[in-house]
Amino acid sequence: MPTSVKNKNTPAAGVAFEPLKGTKSVAQQNRIDGLLSHARQAAVLALACVAFSSFAQVKPWQNMGRDATPAEVKAWDIDVRPDFKGLPKGAGSVDKGAAVWEAQCTSCHGSFGESNEVFTPIIGGTTADDIKTGRVKGLLEGKSIAPQRTTVMKVATVSTLWDYINRAMPWNAPKSLSADEVFAVTAYLLNLADIVPADFTLSDKNIAEVQQRMPNRNGMVFYEPLWRTDGKGDIKNVACMKNCAVDETIHSSLPAFARDAHGNIAEQNRIVGPVRGADTTQPPPKGPAGSVALPKPVVVAAASGGSADVKAMLGANACLACHGIKNKIVGPGFNEVVAKHKGRADLEGYLLSKIKGGGVGVFGGIPMPAQPQLSDTDAKAIAQWIAVGAP
Amino acid sequence: MSKEMCDVIGRVMPAPENFLGAEKLEDARKARRRFMGSALAMGAGVAATAGVTGKALAAEGEDAILKLPEHTTGLGLPVVTDGYGKPSKWEANLQRRQSPGLTRVNQASVSFTPLQGLFGMITPSGLHFERHHQGWWDIDPSNHRLMINGLVKRQRVFTMDDLMRLPSVSRIHFIECGANTATEWGNVAVPTVQYTHGMVSCSEFTGVLLSTLLEMCGVDKKLGKYILAEGADGSSMTRTIALDRAMDDCIVAWGMNGEMLRPENGYPLRLVVPGVQGVSWVKYLRRIEVGDQKYATKDESVHYMDLMPDGLHRQYTGIQECKSVITTPSGGQTLLDKGYYNVTGLAWSGRGPIKRVDVSTDGGRNWRNARIDGTVLPKAMTRFNIDWVWDGKPAILQSRAIDSTGYVQPQINQLRAVRGTRSVYHQNAIQSWLVSQNGEVSNVQVY
Repeated sequence: MPTSVKNKNTPAAGVAFEPLKGTKSVAQQNRIDGLLSHARQAAVLALACVAFSSFAQVKPWQNMGRDATPAEVKAWDIDVRPDFKGLPKGAGSVDKGAAVWEAQCTSCHGSFGESNEVFTPIIGGTTADDIKTGRVKGLLEGKSIAPQRTTVMKVATVSTLWDYINRAMPWNAPKSLSADEVFAVTAYLLNLADIVPADFTLSDKNIAEVQQRMPNRNGMVFYEPLWRTDGKGDIKNVACMKNCAVDETIHSSLPAFARDAHGNIAEQNRIVGPVRGADTTQPPPKGPAGSVALPKPVVVAAASGGSADVKAMLGANACLACHGIKNKIVGPGFNEVVAKHKGRADLEGYLLSKIKGGGVGVFGGIPMPAQPQLSDTDAKAIAQWIAVGAP
Repeated sequence: MSKEMCDVIGRVMPAPENFLGAEKLEDARKARRRFMGSALAMGAGVAATAGVTGKALAAEGEDAILKLPEHTTGLGLPVVTDGYGKPSKWEANLQRRQSPGLTRVNQASVSFTPLQGLFGMITPSGLHFERHHQGWWDIDPSNHRLMINGLVKRQRVFTMDDLMRLPSVSRIHFIECGANTATEWGNVAVPTVQYTHGMVSCSEFTGVLLSTLLEMCGVDKKLGKYILAEGADGSSMTRTIALDRAMDDCIVAWGMNGEMLRPENGYPLRLVVPGVQGVSWVKYLRRIEVGDQKYATKDESVHYMDLMPDGLHRQYTGIQECKSVITTPSGGQTLLDKGYYNVTGLAWSGRGPIKRVDVSTDGGRNWRNARIDGTVLPKAMTRFNIDWVWDGKPAILQSRAIDSTGYVQPQINQLRAVRGTRSVYHQNAIQSWLVSQNGEVSNVQVY
């Protein structure tokens, strides 16, 4: 700060002048006074320089902003570290966790955290032996006992579960659980993974012991070369320029049936330029390039008329990622939905339930996830639009 | 044409016909019918002109020249027809898109940048890829706050007013999702560069250096080793960043490409962590905590880790290593004919500037140095170009970037030899595009 720097330096400058005074003749004194006045000027200059250099250290914007109040820090500083710094006091039993889970978590994660419908499974793929060793054997190539890698197979720190449930769950109402409820839900999950018994109550007092039973607690490595910007990395390629060793085999390519899996690529490219998007609604052209007429340039037709709002909704909710208006993508085209259910009396209500709740089996095995984010009004508008033939 | 009619025609909206006299009204109706007729024809997407190159001309020449079009013989639209301009309607094909089946919940999903149609090094803000963890918000900036707490002398709160008064920097950096190109670890899975590489964008970011803010708060450089960055959205995304990184070139940014951040990209405030995967560029940034340990947050303990063949996970691997891809011609595109092509693409490295890009048109057997005649900046996209004359025979195009550290972008088999095939993240292999005789380009793996 400027004041402290000044206080330190001013007396020192003054001390240097004092002995000169009163030990000399008047003439001398006058000369000395003259010199002193120069010296004073110099001192002023020196002070200015001190002030200037302190200006360089203490920025003029230093005091922008304000101090955070303790209550504000408490409200936002919610993170919990692996050493449990930040963990509030509290406790919750497996039983209480089951009740919270059933009410608030099951719709996305399934009753036992095993569901793969909306999110990848949380629970599964760990064994009693993993809990002993702290390494999940199922993470070894070909050793997995679960269809896919679950959260509990990967996570090494129980603090991570607590912190994430507390900050981000439930999905549509994050930060609404009390600390005790977070302890309870965490306890329920730990019990599903056989890390704690069914009569367990998890608390800030015993969570460190639970950490010692996390199945993958020894499964992490810190690899610094890919953490530091100035690291060297782990793969070494050499920039060969001529007659390099390649086997020229095409090791992998897209199967023919996937040609239109991402929609019509012609509609995803510019209509001028050196290239066009391939018309993936058609099989690949047989002749050489330039021998067949190029597909007509198409621009995705803008939504129009009274269905514009619905089409905007379809876009905003990513319905169109899986359903074409007039073509199948992953799910059926809306035209196919219309055709399949033609004449159904309760069509609008049926569609509404499918849109909101999701489903599987009507058009094949790929499930359509529930769309809880859609308001009833929007879901109804979409259902109505399909019911009248998806115009 | 009168001003009123110009308005009527130009807007293609319910026209203020009742303001017009009977005679003008009839004229307006006719004009509207004409305009609507042509608008509908355009909307149907059929370009009337024979615009494709190499087609035979009529003896006198092309209609596009001989028959003067309406835009040459009529009056155009007035200023401020749209107070915030949009791309031409003819460009509507270039959109951010989802990859069908990749994610199942729209609020925890990604949309990909259409790299196949972009030029230069800057990504248009409206086409910047999206990654949301719990949906996006358009937050009122007057109520947004940034808090800095933890191992600092003064725990501070900043309003947007405070932050935007501070000395700012504007720097161009790429941002790449750690999972970009994830679908290609095992085998080819998606058709175009939009879906293989579209989780990367490059923008000019404006904001205050994080080091400035940390110094103002009196950061404890002795005890402090890390920072935790936290978002204000429902997910309250949190990531650990090394303090020396934080004090280096990280920016607390509000600006992107000359305007404020788009809501999808974190309006009004996001962290910019140059060279590091996008998940660390916390959006809706509300808090920075200085601490002495790593935080093991969900997205550094369950996701964004590299599963190695021995079953161990590499945690906290965040650098986006040197990578490049040819964007034109690229997968899903069709070459119009044999002959000359300007092969073009993008290169970037999280460790510094791009030093060189090589291109092969024979599947990696022989390579030539590409031209880099644009701006080359550290941790930013670099545009490269190279001449190529296609003889009509099958060809495999590849690009290989080298950064300032001398690191050479690897082949997919080299990556797999070290990291196996089960990883999801940090896939920076050389991309191969097969040009078939019919002119179609497809995604293949060759090494």
